[in-house]
Amino acid sequence: MTALETGGTRDAPPSMSGRRSLATALVPALTVSVSLLGLCLLWNLAASVWPSRAFPGPGQVWQVLLREAANGDLFYHLGVTLGRVAAAYIVAMIIGSVIGVLLGSYRRVDRFFNPWVILFLNIPALVVIVLGYIWFGLNEAAAIGAVAVNKIPNVVVTMREGARTLDPSYAEMATVYRFGRLDRIRHILLPQLQPYLAAASRSGIALIWKIVLVVELLGRSNGVGFQIHLYFQLFDVAAILAYTLAFVAVMLVIELLLVQPVERHATRWRRRPA
Amino acid sequence: MQPVGAVVPLKVDIAEKIFRSARGVSITALQDLSFEVRQGEFACLLGPSGCGKTTTLRILLGLDKDFSGSFQLPQGGSNRIAAVFQEPTLLPWRTVEQNVRLALPKSLRAKNLDGLFDTLGLAGMRSLYPAELSLGLARRAALARAFATEPAVLFLDEPFVSLDEQTAERLRHLLLTVWSARPTTALMVTHNLREALMLSDRIIVLAPRPTHVLGVFDVRLPRQQRNSQVMSDLLRSFHHRFPDVT
Ligand SMILES: Nc1ncnc2c1ncn2[C@@H]1O[C@H](COP(=O)(O)OP(=O)(O)OP(=O)(O)O)[C@@H](O)[C@H]1O
Ligand SMILES: [Mg+2]
Repeated sequence: MTALETGGTRDAPPSMSGRRSLATALVPALTVSVSLLGLCLLWNLAASVWPSRAFPGPGQVWQVLLREAANGDLFYHLGVTLGRVAAAYIVAMIIGSVIGVLLGSYRRVDRFFNPWVILFLNIPALVVIVLGYIWFGLNEAAAIGAVAVNKIPNVVVTMREGARTLDPSYAEMATVYRFGRLDRIRHILLPQLQPYLAAASRSGIALIWKIVLVVELLGRSNGVGFQIHLYFQLFDVAAILAYTLAFVAVMLVIELLLVQPVERHATRWRRRPA
Repeated sequence: MQPVGAVVPLKVDIAEKIFRSARGVSITALQDLSFEVRQGEFACLLGPSGCGKTTTLRILLGLDKDFSGSFQLPQGGSNRIAAVFQEPTLLPWRTVEQNVRLALPKSLRAKNLDGLFDTLGLAGMRSLYPAELSLGLARRAALARAFATEPAVLFLDEPFVSLDEQTAERLRHLLLTVWSARPTTALMVTHNLREALMLSDRIIVLAPRPTHVLGVFDVRLPRQQRNSQVMSDLLRSFHHRFPDVT
């Protein structure tokens, strides 16, 4: 009987659906806000129970943020770090995808190079960074290269998986109709690899920005990592948190305004009902 | 003697095609398969399931180069080939119109396709994605793609299989309409005798594996005269010549 009743209420008349969809759109956003607000309150409470220079409350961090934003330092260092993240991301995605697709397409090549991939997957990021600076000097190219090398094996593994799922019938169609090289890449290869590119991108951006901070800490004189190192020496935890949270916010905005819309556009053909 | 500038027919002379499986078992799919399709002619390859029809088409399309023998594709005009595969093989991430245009050479990319889309009843579907099409409509789009390229030769691999009979019949008529507008040397694979008799100028009858040609059945009557009376006569004389072929 209850099952019947719930079934009845679920089948709402069409006039209700407008309000309903607005509500379903608002509930997740509201949940996120309340959840973050709760975290801030908890943080504030903890900071006032154990007042310490090593554990500033959200108010103090906010003030540092405003100060650094006002004198321009914040945006300068955020911009520098963001530039490095973008450069390393692009280099890693391009090189990793090319290698991954090659390995996924040629079984023999894959058998030979697979141990290399496993080796590189397991080299700690720190080692690559240190060796990069020793071999190529404390410069921008070494910094970005070291970050990219850390990410490339992950991209290779993901894209190799993607290349193994390529449907040969599309390639054969392209051969018969004499598609050019560029058309093949753009219309046959990339759309099939899109889910794998998206997966590699997502995990890539998250990984890369964390490594970029280490690279900056060890051998650069600007960027969020450098600032964090500086404030570590000054024991200024509020500033460390301010820079960290600002960069996390930047990465979230990129996810929302860039990654998700691009992905929606790339998969538009999939979402329409048959 | 051929007149000057005459176009070469489709000439097939495959000595042998052997599939070797990973376990060392080998299957001879084709043996001494030779036939010809004249310029501007619509021919059907008719043979039992598994005899090697798709294998033959794949060789002619240049997708399988591991065989002994030779073949010659029609030359002259555009040297392009077009194919309608057993599955529609449309790119799911491109619209119907993009699918058709992508198959065109750069010089024809901007070509007006209104007439072709109208004839095939696809005028309202140009901006749809393949997932939004029924199988029958997807097959039409595959036909549109093949004809849009104005090929020198057209290969079709059972393009009407797994459609209900009514839809298949409509598509056969559509195929005839677009083909008649620009008669192209065409080779269609089918195992449907009635379909072959309705569409083709000549039927190349294949033996079971290893495939070779059993015989050639020419249908000289113009297609518009092939009414049901004529069709049953054709069927009878076909069965008379090839009593073992159903
Ligand atoms: N890649 C392959 N490896 C091994 N054997 C194959 C391969 N492709 C086809 N064959 C074999 O070759 C023979 C011919 O296959 P083909 O697909 O050409 O038949 P077909 O006449 O098109 O059949 P159908 O009417 O069912 O489509 C079959 O016996 C098949 O088992
Ligand atoms: Mg077949």
